[in-house]
Amino acid sequence: IPSVSSIVPESCLLIVVGLLVGGLIKGVGEKPPILKSDIFFLFLLPPIILDAGYFLPLRQFTENLGTILIFAVVGTLWNAFFLGGLMYAVCQLGGPGLNHIGLLANLLFGSIISAVDPVAVLAVFEEIHINELLHILVFGESLLNDAVTVVLYHLFEEFANFEQVTILDIILGFLSFFVVSLGGVLVGVIYGLIAAFTSRFTSHIRVIEPLFVFLYSYMAYLSAELFHLSGIMALIAAGVVMRPYVEANISHKSHTTIKYFLKMWSSVSETLIFIFLGVSTVAGHHYWNWTFVISTLFFCLVARVLGVLVLTWFINKFRIVKLTPKDQFIIAYGGLRGAIAFSLGYLLDYKHFGMRDMFLTAIITVIFFTVFVQGMTIRPLVDLLAVKKKQETKRSINEEIHTQFLDHLLTGIEDICGHYGHHHWKDKLNRFNKKYVKKCLIAGERSKEPQLIAFYHKMEMKQAIELVESGGIGKIPSAVSTVSIQNINPKSVPLERVLPALSKDKEEEIRKILRTNLQKTRQRLRSYNRHTLVADPYEEAWNQMLLRRQKARQLEQKMNNYLTVPVHRLDSPTMSRARIGSDPLAYEPKEDSENLPIITIDPASPQSPESVDLMSEEPKGCSGLPPSPEEDEEGLVMRVKEPSSPGTDDVFTPGTSDSPSNQRMLRCLSDPGPRPEPEEGEPFIHKGQ
Amino acid sequence: RGVPGAFPAPGTSLLSLAVTSEQIEHLHRRFKQLSQDQLTIRKENFDSIPDLEFNPIRGKIVHAFFDKRNLRQGSDGLADEINFEDFLTIMSYFRPIEMNMDEEQLDRFRKEKLKFLFHMYDSDHDGKITLQEYRNVVEELLSGNPHLEKESARSIADGAMMEAASICVGQMGPDQVYEGITFEDFLKMWQGIDIETKMHVRFLNVDTIAHCY
Repeated sequence: IPSVSSIVPESCLLIVVGLLVGGLIKGVGEKPPILKSDIFFLFLLPPIILDAGYFLPLRQFTENLGTILIFAVVGTLWNAFFLGGLMYAVCQLGGPGLNHIGLLANLLFGSIISAVDPVAVLAVFEEIHINELLHILVFGESLLNDAVTVVLYHLFEEFANFEQVTILDIILGFLSFFVVSLGGVLVGVIYGLIAAFTSRFTSHIRVIEPLFVFLYSYMAYLSAELFHLSGIMALIAAGVVMRPYVEANISHKSHTTIKYFLKMWSSVSETLIFIFLGVSTVAGHHYWNWTFVISTLFFCLVARVLGVLVLTWFINKFRIVKLTPKDQFIIAYGGLRGAIAFSLGYLLDYKHFGMRDMFLTAIITVIFFTVFVQGMTIRPLVDLLAVKKKQETKRSINEEIHTQFLDHLLTGIEDICGHYGHHHWKDKLNRFNKKYVKKCLIAGERSKEPQLIAFYHKMEMKQAIELVESGGIGKIPSAVSTVSIQNINPKSVPLERVLPALSKDKEEEIRKILRTNLQKTRQRLRSYNRHTLVADPYEEAWNQMLLRRQKARQLEQKMNNYLTVPVHRLDSPTMSRARIGSDPLAYEPKEDSENLPIITIDPASPQSPESVDLMSEEPKGCSGLPPSPEEDEEGLVMRVKEPSSPGTDDVFTPGTSDSPSNQRMLRCLSDPGPRPEPEEGEPFIHKGQ
Repeated sequence: RGVPGAFPAPGTSLLSLAVTSEQIEHLHRRFKQLSQDQLTIRKENFDSIPDLEFNPIRGKIVHAFFDKRNLRQGSDGLADEINFEDFLTIMSYFRPIEMNMDEEQLDRFRKEKLKFLFHMYDSDHDGKITLQEYRNVVEELLSGNPHLEKESARSIADGAMMEAASICVGQMGPDQVYEGITFEDFLKMWQGIDIETKMHVRFLNVDTIAHCY
């Protein structure tokens, strides 16, 4: 017996819940709340759109941008006028109840109801896992048609007050479309760049990094809405623009925070929207007119189908991957209406639009129909028509290499043919991005990091974290294959640090060590305050290791220039606490470090004594390193042997005092970020700032 | 149009070349521009393309034009110069998919393109991509960044190779050696990616078809 949730999409269930709640409230005698438009537009809608925009699959979106734009702009215009015109005809013929509704009112109604709603589309399409092309087409259309809707809505609302509508007004209205859409995008891009620029300087205060993302995006939305520009497009543009730079700058934890907050907020918003829709249905004043409602419904469907058919025929002339009839059916069927239409209708003024109630009733009927009937039946239809589903492929390093290779190859071929196509411009944009933009917006070393390297490091970290996490539970993930460097290059001594490849008993050992350390870390995490936020031990150790590797190489090179002075070991209370508490195996700081140069402090350099402390701390940690990264054969063991890995609280404990500057230091050090800058001879944190 | 040898004569085996005559003319014009009105192109002629300089895999692309395996000449090695017919042959690898292809044609279509790619990776023509060749590829891809360490390129290539080995062979014991990626393994690696739609140059779009059988 299939469960309810597999037949009925979540949005429908939520509306039903709303209906029940509304009914309950009414039954008790209270007045149920209605979904007010400003609450909807200011608080409920932005999180959903930001979530969609920030995680927009940019590659597919840009590849299909032409198609999406045509569907969004031309399709919505067609829908609005077709529907408006036909409803006017119906009103004229519909008897005394409808005769007084003018053409403009009908056109306004058409423009409200014709826009495909992103919230509804997301809610339904998310569950059917349709292939990426169709998903991005329908979803992209629902996002971009906001500009058209905004323009048409305001236009017709104003025109309804005019005595006469001249040609000039119509032309201005047409121009205002460009202003609204491009203006919205511009506002979004500006805020996105500001956010990216801000994130460049947040290396000292990692805890508020997510705030900037949310803040600037919301400001972009508000600014756009303030000037009657398209707020949705501003939000999308801001998310898309800021994402690559922000992700390069912020720490791993901030990234996770942003992801989870966005998902949480958008889930909450979506739920609230659908429930409120249900409640508003019960609460609102309705005026049911059979002719009007039924003909609205009918013409909506007809308009959608016709529009998709005609446009696809036109678009297929220009597409490489043509849209099949099956695709067309899904696109037409996926044109769901939702809460945006309801809110726009609710915004209408009673004075000018006396038939507002009738409009609202019709809008709600259409919404219910599309969400319930179309939403429920789309899943079996997708199965019936055997539409291609989303392939769950994990992004592998091979794929990344091949994709980049292919990109360069196609760009090269285009250059050879002398044809300035898609790839040529994309390549030019990438080069411009690399040369100028990245330098401004990404902090430090990472601005020069090529995409492949960044991808590889991200993947390594993910795999390593996965391995460690499952090691704590005691299970070996099956993804770790037994292929090791020996299998592909038997001649080489296994020097390189490659993706984890471990033998059985080493794994046992590691798991034992990790388990003990994990427990300790968990105990320690139980009580902390904001000022002493504990560093993520794994990310810490990871960054340290990467840094040490790099530093080791640099130190090797510069060994001849500096005096080697033995280090005075400073044992801070935290370090000794850690050493006593944790596994003694992990804490043997090695005395012999002839393989690793210890220090490069030039006594003549103008540094405060405290910074010297820091430097001497660092080599102390360094000297505990296993002989050298080169000689390590198993990637993960290296991490565990480090003295200040999983066991420590604070990795870099500056001095012995507990002064306020120390406390500040601790807060700053909570999240060193993707990779601390390996500046030679400089302290990690610039003191006195 | 009377330039001898510059146009594919009827009866040539450009079986799957499907471009319109105006596209052929466009390519011919380009060919003449590159060859400086000669009948053939040499490697040096590709230096005259300014945008190509920024391309990190420039060497491999130019090499691919002269690779005899791609020119369907049955033999091996590198040609010194190519004429317009060969130029078109190489271009034919980049034509887009057609709606009316059946399963078998699609499969052949896909294999052709992947074979072209395979030849680009496999620089010593021995039929498999060894670790060194793969490292070479990754280094070239990253060659646009001058201060990059060779270490990173090597470890990426090693990681990718290990992944390929685990996809193609599965679990391997410690003494088994994975020689290199053969064409069948290469096909396996590309299974998830639909190359037919990705590997094309847009202007070779097909409205009318001019087959040269």
